[in-house]
Amino acid sequence: MQKVNLSVALKGGAIWGFIVLELLFFSIAGEYLSVSDKAFMDLENMLLLFKQSAPIGIIAMGMTIVMVNGNIDLSVGATFAIAAIILLDSMTWPIFAGLGDWVIPVAWLLALTVGTLLGALNGLIVWKTGVDAFIVTLGSMLGYRGIVFMFNGENPTSHLNWTLVDFAEAEFLGLATATWFLLGVTLVMWFVMARTVHGRNAYAIGDNREAAVNAGIRVGPHMMINFAIIGFLAALSAVVFYSESGSVNPNDGQLYELWVITAVVLGGTKITGGAGNVIGTFGGVIAIQLLRKGLGHIGADTSTVNLVIGLILIAVLFLDKQLNIKGKEELRV
Amino acid sequence: MAVFDKREIGSVLAKQGILIAFALFMIAFTIANPKFISVDNVFSVVRSSAILGVMALGVTFVVISGNLDLSVGSMMSFSTIVVLDLHDKVGPALAIPLMFAMTLCLGAFIGFLVGYLRLNSLIVTLGMLSAIHGLTLTYSGGQNMDIADKEGTWFSVFGQGTALGIPVPILIFVALAALLGLTLARTPYGRKVYAVGGNGTAATFSGIRRARTVFTCYLISAGCVATAGLIQASRSLGSQNTVGQGLELEVLAAVILGGASLLGGSGTIFKTVIGVLILGFIQNGLLLVGLQFYVQFVVTWIIIILAVWLDIAAKRGKLWSMIA
Repeated sequence: MQKVNLSVALKGGAIWGFIVLELLFFSIAGEYLSVSDKAFMDLENMLLLFKQSAPIGIIAMGMTIVMVNGNIDLSVGATFAIAAIILLDSMTWPIFAGLGDWVIPVAWLLALTVGTLLGALNGLIVWKTGVDAFIVTLGSMLGYRGIVFMFNGENPTSHLNWTLVDFAEAEFLGLATATWFLLGVTLVMWFVMARTVHGRNAYAIGDNREAAVNAGIRVGPHMMINFAIIGFLAALSAVVFYSESGSVNPNDGQLYELWVITAVVLGGTKITGGAGNVIGTFGGVIAIQLLRKGLGHIGADTSTVNLVIGLILIAVLFLDKQLNIKGKEELRV
Repeated sequence: MAVFDKREIGSVLAKQGILIAFALFMIAFTIANPKFISVDNVFSVVRSSAILGVMALGVTFVVISGNLDLSVGSMMSFSTIVVLDLHDKVGPALAIPLMFAMTLCLGAFIGFLVGYLRLNSLIVTLGMLSAIHGLTLTYSGGQNMDIADKEGTWFSVFGQGTALGIPVPILIFVALAALLGLTLARTPYGRKVYAVGGNGTAATFSGIRRARTVFTCYLISAGCVATAGLIQASRSLGSQNTVGQGLELEVLAAVILGGASLLGGSGTIFKTVIGVLILGFIQNGLLLVGLQFYVQFVVTWIIIILAVWLDIAAKRGKLWSMIA
């Protein structure tokens, strides 16, 4: 008989169990506390939830591979804002005036390129200087945000293109455009991490960098590619989100890194690298969005949401520690 | 005869690199604008850096012990809001110790999680950043806080007063830096902090209570944050819930600029003070030569990475080969 490893099973299923608990809790609590007449588990509400998960979710997929790789990226919020500004502003540039609606793919391409380049720049610095990714991206979080503010001061940058709005608001098979992007990105990143050499190397490097170097993996370029991926995804997230809203404030995307890292850690990715997967992250994103939406549904305000999210993050970390403690000879004094 | 080692020069250059860069920077800005080095300007820079500086002193302890504290910004908002609120309710004489007690409780909670339960400090303090922000909003009901009688309170002395011609925030900063600097450099406790950050397992085997040391580092950090909150509240006598938002990054930037390793085990209070001053003077200098306020973010980014890079290169002894 095969022995089921309880801790592995618990960890893998924990996030989905948590989601079920959330659904139960908010459905029942919603009956008594809800400010609206609709039930929480209303189909429309759930579809909206997927759509609203997209901005955080798309970035979280990139953060998963970066964190499995043993790095972290704190600059995603600022990259998100820069990409949004490039997207909206480039559509008004005089050189593209003759393009008509063909300006849209050009603007998308520009925004995605800039995002990828900013991500790659982070990766290049991490690679070439050997400075910890935490410090590099902490710095670029300040630096990139500075660039955002330099662009238009504290004023918003706005441009609404109705063709773009129609595209962003379109629905295909009942799912919104943003949801499709989230699902697509999840699928692609799952494939990259589970079925390619690049993905396998990410786990190897995150688990033991020395061993990975000895095994002939080119650690530097590998990390740079991951940072380029997360830069690209931060830009893609901005492109998907701002196609609809049409106006970006210089403060937009602040604290996104917090939400994204919370989702990824909730989904079971280890902060020290080497473990985690995209499906878990997807669960983490949904769990967080359920929590935000559910708390709103029963009439809690932002302050409570912040409080609860923070405490849950700590509780998950504690549980994770408890599940991992067995077998590890840790020195406790 | 002394042997002239190229590599040694490189390492000295890199170790003092941040001081040399600082000196060059000061000279350049003084040439660009002679007002830069005037007593008034220096005072104003140090005074406006005092809040950041006081917080950085505490975070230095945490970083040397091998941990991180990302929650200091939202904790500072919490202290500020609490002391302003209590000022009107129970009077300043009681409000200040109460606020300190509440902030220290938060610090103790983080210290318990990181020290005794051994949870990852990055994630714990990231969570606490969010949780404490929520706590502050709940406490204030989302409203900005203001002191009712702004003219008749002695409470303003911590932020606005002067003693012996020196602004009080500077005095607090200097006194706290001296106290904590001596604690870190000259006491058995200070040695324990370095030992725990340098090699926790070795420290444990040599009989140091690792958990307790980490716990106290977070208490010191919380005490510094409460002091910073007091100065902030006293300076403005009113505040928003978000007053400390993002400050954790500037604080960390100052500590790293000072040369403390994020891996723990190295750094000094003196170097952190230098880091704080560098950030303050860069900000001020860029404003004086008429550059946009936001450019400072970008410049800070470049300086942080250069500083850390120099540090790492020096440790590897590679710097000389890079220059030559």
